[in-house]
This record gives sequence, C-alpha cells and structure tokens, in this order.
Amino acid sequence: MERDIRVRKIKDGTVIDHITAGQALNVLKIIGITREFPKTTVTVAINVPSRKAGLKDIVKVEGKELRSEEVDKIALIAPKATINIIRNYQVVEKKKVSIPPKLEGVLKCANPNCITHFEPVKTRFHVERKEPIKLRCHYCERVMSEAEIVRQF
Amino acid sequence: MDFTRRDIISIRDFSKEEIEYILESAARMEARLGSKLNLLEGKILACLFFEPSTRTRLSFEAAMKRLGGRVIGFSKAGVASIAKGENLTDTIKTVTNYADVIVIRHPREGAARLAAEVSEVPVINAGDGSNQHPTQTLLDLYTIKKEKGRLDVKAAIVGDLKYGRTVHSLAHALAMFGASLILVSPSGLEMPPEVLADLLELGVEVKESHNLEEAVSEAEVLYVTRIQKERFPDPEEYEKVKGAYKVTREMLASARKDLIVMHPLPRIDEISPEVDLTEHARYFQQVRNGLPVRMALLTLVLGVE
Repeated sequence: MERDIRVRKIKDGTVIDHITAGQALNVLKIIGITREFPKTTVTVAINVPSRKAGLKDIVKVEGKELRSEEVDKIALIAPKATINIIRNYQVVEKKKVSIPPKLEGVLKCANPNCITHFEPVKTRFHVERKEPIKLRCHYCERVMSEAEIVRQF
Repeated sequence: MDFTRRDIISIRDFSKEEIEYILESAARMEARLGSKLNLLEGKILACLFFEPSTRTRLSFEAAMKRLGGRVIGFSKAGVASIAKGENLTDTIKTVTNYADVIVIRHPREGAARLAAEVSEVPVINAGDGSNQHPTQTLLDLYTIKKEKGRLDVKAAIVGDLKYGRTVHSLAHALAMFGASLILVSPSGLEMPPEVLADLLELGVEVKESHNLEEAVSEAEVLYVTRIQKERFPDPEEYEKVKGAYKVTREMLASARKDLIVMHPLPRIDEISPEVDLTEHARYFQQVRNGLPVRMALLTLVLGVE
C-alpha cells in the first residue's frame, strides 16, 4: 500500500512541519490565511502519521515567509513545530519554534478588567508551562489557558 | 535583608524568608508603638485611592503619621485628574516627583504593577481590582503567627472564594508555609481552578467543602469573608446561601477550644455579633495588627528601621 503523502513541492514559501495534531487550522489563522488571502497555493495536512509524535499536521504556503511574531504565536499552540523556508524548491533555512520565557506585545490579556486594556502599555506574559501552554499576565496575574489564547487568533 | 526601594505589589513576589522578615519587623514595630517614633520625619507618603476605601487608607495614613511622616493624596477618582481623562501612567509620573513612597488602590487588576514600573519611588499596592491586596495578606499572616506561634496551621477559608482577592493571596501564602486548607464556599463561588492548581503545586493539603459546620469543628483558624449579594442572579438563592454561611455562637460550640475566627472586615452579617464576645473572635485584633505591619513596610521600603 502506498503510505507516502504526495504533495507537490513549493517553489518559494514556507513549510510548517511537526504541528501538534489538530492545530493546523489555528496555524492558518495565525499566519492570516483566510478566504481573502491572495491567490496562492496552501496545502494543509491534518493527522499525518509521524514516527516521533504519532500524528502531526503540516501546512505549506506558497509565496509567504513568516514574521517573528507569527512564529512566536505558532510556538504557543504547536511547540514542536519546525519552520522550513523554501526558495527555488530548496530548503534554505530550517528552524524549530521556541517559546520565549516572556511574551511581549504578542497577545491581549483575556481579563477584560486588566489594566493593559486601558493604558498605553505593551502586554507581557510569563510562560509558566510550555505544554499545554500556561501564561500568566505580568500585570493582572490572571492565568490564560490555551483555549483563551487560541480564541484571539 | 534589604527592602529599600522595593515595591510591594503581590504576595507572589515574596519568598518565605522575606515574608518572615517582614513579620518579624512588624513585631518589632508593634513593641515600639507606645513610644514616639520619628523614623520617617521629613518623608511624604502619597495615598492614591482611585476607589473608595476607608479602613485601608486610614490605616496607611495613621501608619505614616505615627512614624513622623506626612501624607498627601486623594481618595476618589472623581476629584482627581483622572476625571479630566489623564491616564494612570501620567498621574504616577507626576506624583513620583512629590512623594517618597506611593500607596495605590485602583479598580483595575494590574494597575499597581504598572504604577510601580513608571514610578521612581517605591509603590505599595493597597488593592488592584480583584487581584491582590498584599498588605492585607501580610497582616493576616501576622495575626495568625501572633496568635498561633506558627503558620503551618489548619485553616478554613470561608465565603466568596471565586472573586475575593484577599482569599486568593492568603491561601497562596498559607500554602507556602505548609498550612492545610479547607476551602468552604457556596456552589458557584468555589476557588477558581487555576488558583487551586497553584495551591496543589505548592504541595499543600486542600479540601473543598460546602459544609461550614464541619469546617468549624476541624479548623484552628476560621477565616470568614463576605458573600456579595450582587454575585447571585437570583436574590432568593442569595438569602438561602447567606443563612448557611453565617458563623454563630451555637456553631462554635463544636469548635476546637483554640480556634480563632478572623475576618478582613467590613462584615455585614456573616459573623453574628454575639461571636464578638467569645474567646474565638480575633477580627478586631486583626484590624489593629494592620498598623504595625504597614508601619514596618513603610520603613522597610524607605530603608529606615
């Protein structure tokens, strides 16, 4: 039986591999792939058998390289993801995402009464646990769960 | 241990040793209460109360004045520049030029942390929304230590455990010291799961309960807080709950002889007045302990002792 997944290689763009199974659609939201996205080829594979993780998701996007803010967000929901930058069919850069110990200005606090919603200040969160993610707001000290984080994307 | 210029924002910022040091310092301050103290002569405290408060503000003002210092400030956001639309950051940047230390109460969570970041002088949090009220926690710990000689007590914390800011930080602090906790609340007002998870991470023994009488018979410390009517969509439900969570003299008949009853005050009717006359009541001593604790904190952050 043919077990390989046959997806056409992309010429220029990004392959996000080893995404936590089930998170591919959230990754698309993070990188802004919506119905209005300019016509480009986006390939999404969900629940792909993987030797290391059991199952994983993969996202390939033609013609887009990720911003560091997008990479930070992906790390929150898919901490084992790898980002492969493709130019002229070749992988020119391969990096693992990583969750920094502090996140600044990337997310909004889920607490509507947090001072960060009312003052000119960058949000800041301390990473208390990486998987599943647990963030604590530096200001109001409220814990933000994965579900609350995902809702923002 | 040096607390000079340190902010007092959250009980989470302090180690066990630091909390013990503050409590010892408060005990030394209490012993000196009868004598004239001019430790903070020439210093100015700015009390910025963006939300109404009587006791906490009076307690801080009395603490500063007893140390020979002076107090400026306001006690209602309506009269302040905030009413003209100035943000908190700018208010703090202004006040920091006038005072040696700032005490702030604000209705939004995180306001005190932000104030501390923009202030040049130390900031003490006197309550930020439903988040923290660290000086209340310190005076609660001081009271328990003074009455029991230790902090690894069996404590029942009663009332609105979901929204009450004092109970979250008290439970956290007691857990740091190895206390075992009975958390008693009406259903729907239980300790939030993330606070509970924190307590369990500290390795503490926690029991959740809806039965006040049972908790009263087991505990060494009964910490009672108010259940606010506005938390209940149905007024009838509130009336039912209110009755079930009221500490009465009869209920205390089954208590240990050395049980102490505490309350951050103001109380409405969750402790019946006849309890005041029992050997268990400690809430008025507790409020009195706020003075040496706040005096100690003011001297510590200003580097004078």
